[in-house]
Amino acid sequence: MNLTRLFLCVLLMAAASYLPRVVPIAVFRKKIRNPYVQSFLSYMPYAVLGAMTFPDILYSTSSMLSALAGLAVALLLSYFEKGLMPAALGATAAVFIVEQVSRLAAG
Amino acid sequence: MRKQGQTFGKGFHDGLPILLGYLSVAFAFGMLGTEQGFPFWAPTLISLTSFTGTGQFVGVTMLANGVALLEITITIFIINIRYFLMSLSLSQKLEDGMPLWQRMIVAFGNTDEIFAVSMQQKGLLNFRYMIGLILSAYSGWVLGTVIGSVASSILPQAIVSALGIAIFAMFIAIIIPPAKHSKPIVIVVLIAVAMSCMFKYVPGLNQVSSGWAVIICGVTASLIGALRYPVLHTAYPDKETGEAEQ
Repeated sequence: MNLTRLFLCVLLMAAASYLPRVVPIAVFRKKIRNPYVQSFLSYMPYAVLGAMTFPDILYSTSSMLSALAGLAVALLLSYFEKGLMPAALGATAAVFIVEQVSRLAAG
Repeated sequence: MRKQGQTFGKGFHDGLPILLGYLSVAFAFGMLGTEQGFPFWAPTLISLTSFTGTGQFVGVTMLANGVALLEITITIFIINIRYFLMSLSLSQKLEDGMPLWQRMIVAFGNTDEIFAVSMQQKGLLNFRYMIGLILSAYSGWVLGTVIGSVASSILPQAIVSALGIAIFAMFIAIIIPPAKHSKPIVIVVLIAVAMSCMFKYVPGLNQVSSGWAVIICGVTASLIGALRYPVLHTAYPDKETGEAEQ
């Protein structure tokens, strides 16, 4: 592996990751007052998170069955507002159990 | 009142679910890096400097395949353009008068997950809280990469696979509670999810890179939400309650 190319690539990757993040934060230092823009920006997190979660969550584990189990547990715990950590751990545990059981069932 | 809640410790604590999720993702990244023949320190160096999920996976794979640097840079930039939206949204939630250098540090830590958790906080965000949150997540990201690239046999594969869902479960835990109390949020999320599924499954549309797909879904759904339900809510509770600055 060519080290110069590697270091140069690390540098360029860092720049391409940092630029889109820093420009808006550095530029928009005053609060935007327009209610439409405010509403747009306040809906944005939910829209983006929704789009990133579905359907990708179904492919985030070894099988769609285990992913569905994890999704169900996450939905349930979130509905009862148990917090982020319990939802993350609960879904992980559900996936783990389903994958182990189906491995045993498959023999 | 709300200022008391926002300490370094609270931020670090709020970042723990992210730390957990990052451990497994970064672990996989570290493994990928060494598998592709990079020196063991290279994935960690990338995690330290880039601090972004998808972009790193794509970048390392392209680099290993001998793709030109310009092409790698442009691809990663496109994948990361969605951060532009998130940083714009976050910029509106940072405390007034936060110095530029602090803003620039917060910007480095504005990953999908940190953004998501910080948007959940009531009121404006201060620097100490953000640093706690970022450090907690960042340590998970870097530590996971180190472990993954040095000893890929420490964590059993079964646990790595199960942890793959942790971040998504966290996203769901962020979306559902406010959605329960707000019909506009439900509608915005459903539009975004429906569009995202189209970008995954509809032939032609599934050629669009995931970076652009997220942007198009996010912008369209929030735009519809803003035009149909232009109300001030959750993200700016300070204006809602008229709470006096102390």
